[in-house]
Parts: sequence; structure tokens; C-alpha cells
Amino acid sequence: MAQYLILIYENEADYDNADPSVFQEVMDAHNRFSEQVGEKLVGGNALQPTQTATTIRGDVVTDGPFVETKEILGGYYVIEAKDLDEALAIGKLCPARFGGVEVRPVMVFE
Amino acid sequence: METAAVREAVADAHRREWARVLAATVRVARDLDLAEECVQDAYVAAMDAWLRQGVPDNPGAWLTVAAQRRALNAHKRAATLRSKLPLLVVPSADDPPDAPDEIPDDRLRLVFTCCHPALAREAQLAITLRLVCGLTTAEIARAFLVSEPTMAARVTRAKKKIAAAAIPYRVPPLEDLPDRLDAVLTVVHLVFTTGHAAPTGPDLLRPDLVERAIDLARTLCALMPDEREAQGLLALMLLHDARRATRVGADGRLLLLEEQDRTRWDTAQIADGLRLVRGALRGGRPGRFALQSAIAAVYTEAPTYAGTDWRQLRGLYDLLLHAWPSPVVALNRAVVVAMSDGPAAALPLLDALAEDPRLAGYHYLPAARADLLRRLDRIPEADAAYRTAITLCDNAVERAFLESRLRGSGARP
Repeated sequence: MAQYLILIYENEADYDNADPSVFQEVMDAHNRFSEQVGEKLVGGNALQPTQTATTIRGDVVTDGPFVETKEILGGYYVIEAKDLDEALAIGKLCPARFGGVEVRPVMVFE
Repeated sequence: METAAVREAVADAHRREWARVLAATVRVARDLDLAEECVQDAYVAAMDAWLRQGVPDNPGAWLTVAAQRRALNAHKRAATLRSKLPLLVVPSADDPPDAPDEIPDDRLRLVFTCCHPALAREAQLAITLRLVCGLTTAEIARAFLVSEPTMAARVTRAKKKIAAAAIPYRVPPLEDLPDRLDAVLTVVHLVFTTGHAAPTGPDLLRPDLVERAIDLARTLCALMPDEREAQGLLALMLLHDARRATRVGADGRLLLLEEQDRTRWDTAQIADGLRLVRGALRGGRPGRFALQSAIAAVYTEAPTYAGTDWRQLRGLYDLLLHAWPSPVVALNRAVVVAMSDGPAAALPLLDALAEDPRLAGYHYLPAARADLLRRLDRIPEADAAYRTAITLCDNAVERAFLESRLRGSGARP
């Protein structure tokens, strides 16, 4: 078994402009996702908007995300899968209404 | 046993058995680099052993056993050291079999792993040629006109991703097979087209790549006899390649289909291709490779260029455009419409395509447009289109053809 991170990249502006019912639909979709994935879901979190982000390079602290882009990292899941095909199958189930997801293997140090 | 004969036997086993030996060794080594190393060592050892003992009845089996033994020994030696990269995921005994009622050939696992959609197309091409066809990195670099270090980096990156992301070493489950097979066939077709009409460089043809692609497709057909798209691809390539000897004139000039000497086409290969086309079209809705092979068959079966059945071609292109809505297909369809319904009917189709950003920079579009304008006697417009095509074209033989057309229509190049 390997672990993979599913990074959810979405257009933040689309959420700012969305109707409250959209938030409910997205929440429901994520709840369904975690039920579907079951115990292969190891962890995950939603993140606060990028306007709350602070970046540190060297020892310089600046306001804002690491890279300014339209599609931003909005949340992530850690999943367990036997190979990339299984991880991608789970990744396809992951809701990302205003964007997409990136699947990255977690590095193992021995 | 004479050295020359043994060397020939080893070279022959390299051509015929490389993929089978490597694929079987990867399953044991569970590491692409280690497997390659072991297989190369096995070929070196074969030279020596076969000189002493003679060439075995089944060189492939001999090489597989030798390479697998080396891989197992390497694992025993490394048992206390843990390797940096995780081992390849191979199906374990308690996994369901890849496909019902059959044991898959390891070569299929190798092909599907090399053409996994998580790899970029150019990486799929590079490692398919390297691992499945046994080409050296230098040979692949030459074929795609990139430097050897660039190609080596591409191959290394692809192998690393297979290991680190745990791309599994197996034939995909049935529900994923159509999509995954399409990726494999696309890669094989790209190997072919790179050899058949080299996108850049001085020569139009690179026969070695054409032959590798045809060999690969034959293997796929043998291993998956029910996959009609694989048959369609093989048929398509055989029919196109049957015209190889007639595509370039003695002076190196590109010869159009209408100028080619049909008596010099390879009739045995055409018969082979036509038989496969019939199989590819039988039963169910045909896929894009089956339809393309049917189109190639219509061209091939015509007694003369003028005698081509343009109406039937147009019907096949309608089906193809439906199965595969690509702007390149739409362009080819327009060229056929020009033959079946006249250039004036086709010109608006091309003008519409000129707005498709996916065709920006595609020299066949202005070239086709120039030809229609020339046939409509709109010479200044035709010349402008030829000039556009010439600036976009990177193949010397094709460019020379376009320049001759430009001169022929009365303007200065």
C-alpha cells in the first residue's frame, strides 16, 4: 500500500460568486466522497481562502499565497491505494466543481 | 560454432525476443533499470555460452531464464540494503487475473505500463521504443531529432515516475481497456507516422521506425486477437507502407498518390492489409483505426487515382468524423469533398477550419487550400496559401514539393 495526496485546485473566485446552495452541494459531495472511499481515506482538510495565506521565503514574510494563480490549493485528502491506478480511480471521485485535482505519491523515507 | 553465426543468432534474438525477455524479467526484477541491465547482461552471456554449447532451440527462453536469474541474484545481494525507489507493483497471486480465462503475455503488461496515461505522450513514445522495441537511447534521440542527453533525461524521468507513483505493471481491467488500448495504439501509430512522413529533417522516410511500429502492432494483434482496433491499426499501416517504394521519386521529390506507379505497390502486403480491414470492420460499430484502414483500402483498391470511389470515401470520412471529431479528420474530409463534389464545395469547409486554433501552424491546411484555389484558377490566392504552407513546413522533401507548386502556378518563389 502506498499513500497519495489528492490536492484540490479550484478557482477561488467561482466560490466567492457562488450561491449559498452551491456550498451545500459541495459539502454534500465531499461527504459522499468520504463515504465512498471509506477506510482508504487517511486524512484531509479544507483550507481557508488564499487571502489568509502568508508566505515565507528565506526570512522575508509577505502577505499572500506562494504563487498567485487563478486556481488555488483549496484542500487535500490523504488516501491509501495499492497503485496509481487505484489512486486515480479515487481521485476521479473527488469533488472539484470549479477546477480539478492533482494526485501525488507520498515519499517514503526508510 | 562459428563466431559470425553466433553473433547473427544473438542479433536475431535481440530483434525477435527483446520485448518478451525484458517483459518477463521486469516481473521478477520489479525495477525497470535492473531488468534492463539483467537482460543486457544475458545477451552478452549468450554470445559466450552459445559459442561453447551451440544456439539453444528456444533462444528467447534461454535468455529469459538467464536474465531472471540475474535479477533474483541482484535481489538476494540487495536484501539487506533497501533500494531508494519502491518496487514495481506487480499483480500478486491472490489478485484477480488480468483478463478472464487467460494468462496474459508479459509483453502486454510492458506495453500498457509504457503507455500509461499518467505519462506524457513523448515519454510514452520514448520508453516504448526503449523498453518494448529495444532501441538504444541514441537511436531514439536520432529518430526524434533531439539530443541524446535530452532523450536520456526523458527516459529516466518516465522510469522514475513509473516507480515513484506506482504505475502498476499489469494489463488494465476490462472496464478501462478501451481507453488504455487507444493510448497504446496511438503511440504505435505515432512511431509509424514519425517513420512514414518524418515531421522534420532531410528524409521523408525512416524505415526502421515503420518496421518497429508494424512489428508492435502485429504483436498486439497476436496477443489481443479480439481487439478490432488493433487489427485496424495494423491494416492501416500495412496499406500505407505498401506504397513505400513509390512515394519519393528518383530525384528525392515527393510523389502524390496520383503520380505513384501503382504497379510497384507491394501487392502481398496489400492483400494482408485488406484481409485485416475486413476483420476490423466486422461486428459492431467500427472505431477510428478500423475506419481509417477502410479509407486506406478504398484508395488502394482503386485501379487509378481518377477511378477512386470518392463517394464511398466521403461516406467513410463522415463516419470517421463522427467517431473521432478531430480537426485533422475534418480537413481530410474536406479534401475528399473537393474530389466528390468539386473544389468550390470544399473551400468553405476549409475556410471554417482556418478558424480552429488547433490547426494553427498545421501546414497541410494552407497546402490543401492552395490546391483548391489553384484548381479554381484563383492563382494569386493560391500562391499566398502556398507561401504560408512553405513557411510552416519543416520537412525538406515536402517543402520542395510546395515550392515546385508555387513556381508551377506562375509566381516567383
